[in-house]
Amino acid sequence: MQSFNDFMQFVFSGLTNGSVYALIALGFCVVHNTMGIVNFTQVDFVSFGGMLLYTSLFAVGLPMPAAFLGAIFGAALAGMLVERVGIRPSKTDNHLVLIFLTIGLSIILRGIMKILWGKNRMAVPPLTADKPVHILGATVLPQIIWILLLTLIAVAVLAWFFRCTSMGLCMRGVASNPTAAALVGLNVNRIKAVSFAIAGGLGGLAGVLITPITTLSYDVGVLLGLKGFAAAILGGFGSFPGVVLGGLTLGLLESFSAAYFSSAYKDVTAFGILLLVLFIKPQGFLGKGRH
Amino acid sequence: MSAKDKILYFIWLHRTGLTVGALGLVLGFYPLFQDNPYFLGISNLIGIYLIVTIGLNLFIGYAGQISLGHAGFVALGAYGSAILTADLGWNPWLALIIVALLVGLAALLVGIPTLRLSGHYLAMATLGFNIVIYTILIQWDKITGGPSGFAGIPPLSVFGMPIDDELRFHYVIWPLAIIFLTLALNLVRSGLGLGLAALAQNETAASALGIKVSRAKIQVFVLSAVLASVGGSLFAHCFTFVNPHSFSIFTSLELVTMVVIGGLGSVWGSLFGTALIVLMPEYLEFFETYKDIIHGLILVVVLTVFPQGLISGLRDMARLKILQRRDIAQH
Amino acid sequence: MLSIDHLTKHFGGLPALNDVSFDCPAGRITTLIGPNGAGKSTLINCVTGVLVPDKGSVRLEGTEIGREPSYRIPYHGIARTFQNLALFPRLSVLENVLSGLTVEAETGFLKSIFRPPATRNHERRLRLKAMEMLDRFVLAGKADWPVGELSYGDRKRVEMARALVSGPRILFLDEPVAGLNAEESAAIGEEICRLRNLGLTILLVEHDMDLVMAVSDGIVVLDSGELIAQGSPEEIRHNPKVIEAYLGRMSVTA
Ligand SMILES: Nc1ncnc2c1ncn2[C@@H]1O[C@H](COP(=O)(O)OP(=O)(O)OP(=O)(O)O)[C@@H](O)[C@H]1O
Ligand SMILES: [Mg+2]
Repeated sequence: MQSFNDFMQFVFSGLTNGSVYALIALGFCVVHNTMGIVNFTQVDFVSFGGMLLYTSLFAVGLPMPAAFLGAIFGAALAGMLVERVGIRPSKTDNHLVLIFLTIGLSIILRGIMKILWGKNRMAVPPLTADKPVHILGATVLPQIIWILLLTLIAVAVLAWFFRCTSMGLCMRGVASNPTAAALVGLNVNRIKAVSFAIAGGLGGLAGVLITPITTLSYDVGVLLGLKGFAAAILGGFGSFPGVVLGGLTLGLLESFSAAYFSSAYKDVTAFGILLLVLFIKPQGFLGKGRH
Repeated sequence: MSAKDKILYFIWLHRTGLTVGALGLVLGFYPLFQDNPYFLGISNLIGIYLIVTIGLNLFIGYAGQISLGHAGFVALGAYGSAILTADLGWNPWLALIIVALLVGLAALLVGIPTLRLSGHYLAMATLGFNIVIYTILIQWDKITGGPSGFAGIPPLSVFGMPIDDELRFHYVIWPLAIIFLTLALNLVRSGLGLGLAALAQNETAASALGIKVSRAKIQVFVLSAVLASVGGSLFAHCFTFVNPHSFSIFTSLELVTMVVIGGLGSVWGSLFGTALIVLMPEYLEFFETYKDIIHGLILVVVLTVFPQGLISGLRDMARLKILQRRDIAQH
Repeated sequence: MLSIDHLTKHFGGLPALNDVSFDCPAGRITTLIGPNGAGKSTLINCVTGVLVPDKGSVRLEGTEIGREPSYRIPYHGIARTFQNLALFPRLSVLENVLSGLTVEAETGFLKSIFRPPATRNHERRLRLKAMEMLDRFVLAGKADWPVGELSYGDRKRVEMARALVSGPRILFLDEPVAGLNAEESAAIGEEICRLRNLGLTILLVEHDMDLVMAVSDGIVVLDSGELIAQGSPEEIRHNPKVIEAYLGRMSVTA
């Protein structure tokens, strides 16, 4: 019985991290689908969301729900700003160069956060009271339930956005054929701005959800974000369900390898498995077969 | 042709050799004018990084691939040499060569499956590789010394003379760096170099012309890993101490920054970029807090203005100006 | 010389080539025509290893080459151009043409990094050869220009020069005069005839009917991946099937 309870505990912890990876991965994908680039500033949106939550709670004194929404909104704005100021002025369409450009922007964002908030680790309070509940034999913090619930909602809203709103449909149009989209008069610049806003918002959401568990610092998003990237790759970069599945799988794998193999080497297992998957099936497990 | 034209033509024809020679002369005499060990230490560091960035530029700049994990290869070189010399008592030079060969082999094994991938897959695979190496360095403390590092690495020696101060190291590192620089310049002017540049710009066309794309990519990847390993070994012997933080993904990003700022596909650009990034903290000391922002800003501004990097961008611009002027003069 | 047998290629279920068979006789210009999307470029891509055919074979003087990877193809003396220019825009004109000599170039790793005198001399010979080719295509004055800065017409000629520099026996040209003006087209047309007279076997894909009728020895007509007619220019001109295939779509192809 004990071992079953442990098992459920690991399942929950895996799903928690997995949800966060999935949110970040979705951010990577939205930008990738509309602009064809990997946007490394995604990792900093995560830290930035956490930072904004911290500041609005303690420096501004907002109540939790307002601070929470404010942080996500702020991260979305930051996303738009990055696209407008950092990426749009560049005239190149060479993907290698654009990837390096986002790396440069990411270095700048981390530098700014380091100056504004310092290098120290900070503690952020969870969304609601810290009293654990018992589910299926596992002891679960309310924050974890929030994480699972809000991820579900975010994925649902995203699916609705891309299926049912005209903006979302336009964005899918850009994804499948940018030149044609420009020809029929879609405003490509606005679409890019919106996709960065969504990416920023998703990153920010991931940040406000996970930092109460991990503690907060200016570079907390890097490792989380790279695992989000890994999740996106596992899921085939582009298919949303694949990416969510990629995130959850990565979270669970990590949790179980930490539990049953070695917690010191959990990053090694996570990235080791990723490398293996890349070697065997480079398109990820739900990716479309590409040459 | 007048005598002056002949001289100019000779200079133009042998421009690469002459520039390398001039660089060698300047560096050969540099310690006569600058004997402050602190500054020699800095130029030595430039030499070490240069060996790494030359290789990385062949991979990123010429072959048009992406690696965000080369610090992993540097780490393998550094720790490989450290373990073989300090723990097993090998000769440092022998260790350097054996480790470089082993790293080359590792790169071959990693490269064969990875280099089929393109773009972001390759970015992820190399990042993942770096994170795996870094985590092992931190966690496997029995062998690596863990987070606090690995101390007591013996210095290099040449004919029994230990290379244990900055001046002596200067005369070891720079000849090596210049040799690698020359070999890289040779490579990019050869048929193989042309093939690399071609496959970076259009893989289908390159392949249709008879370039075996996958093999060429693996060759440069292995070469760049070997150079990274050599740089790592020299780093270890130079400081006689290494710790994992010198080899995190942030170091990889810094290496990429050096290459990109200098110029994709310009070997000389790598020298410039490497020197700039190593020197900047020295001269921007009071900006310490803003270091990251400045790094990032340089990268972003350079890439926005010259997508191919500063030196390459300026070179291409100058070349075009000259050609246009010649064209007008002819008509 | 080159015989194509039952060549078939599908893209996600849709046939782009369906059981196509014909021969390209040695020293002749065989022209492949057909409306847009007929499968002409797909055929060239299958023959040159850029795409792998689903079925069928391509034989060069009896040797099967249909499944060889594309980097092996030039070693059989086959060269090609691409429909949508596949040049290296940041390399100079000379370097682009030199890349056409990859088959002869020294690409050994050690020789490349040490460049012994023999290698250098060899490189110099290749360079001269490339310069000669530039002369022939009136590009010598542009030798040092990055290809990305050239006009469209110049680029088309660079691609021809790159294909010819290695002295191939067989040449595939995918719409060599598309987008060129009448004068430039005529020059390319003459060049093509000259090459045939030198003994090259040519498979030409072209929409410009004047050029096609003027230079072709034999014509093969594709429509929606099917071979619908084959014969001399005169026969094709009066073939009702061909007229229908074209007229039916005249509004799009014209
Ligand atoms: N890589 C590909 N993937 C999917 N479909 C393709 C691909 N390449 C070509 N096709 C399809 O195969 C068919 C034949 O295309 P192909 O390019 O061979 O035509 P074509 O005869 O060369 O036409 P054009 O005269 O316009 O050049 C077209 O319907 C095209 O859409
Ligand atoms: Mg075509």
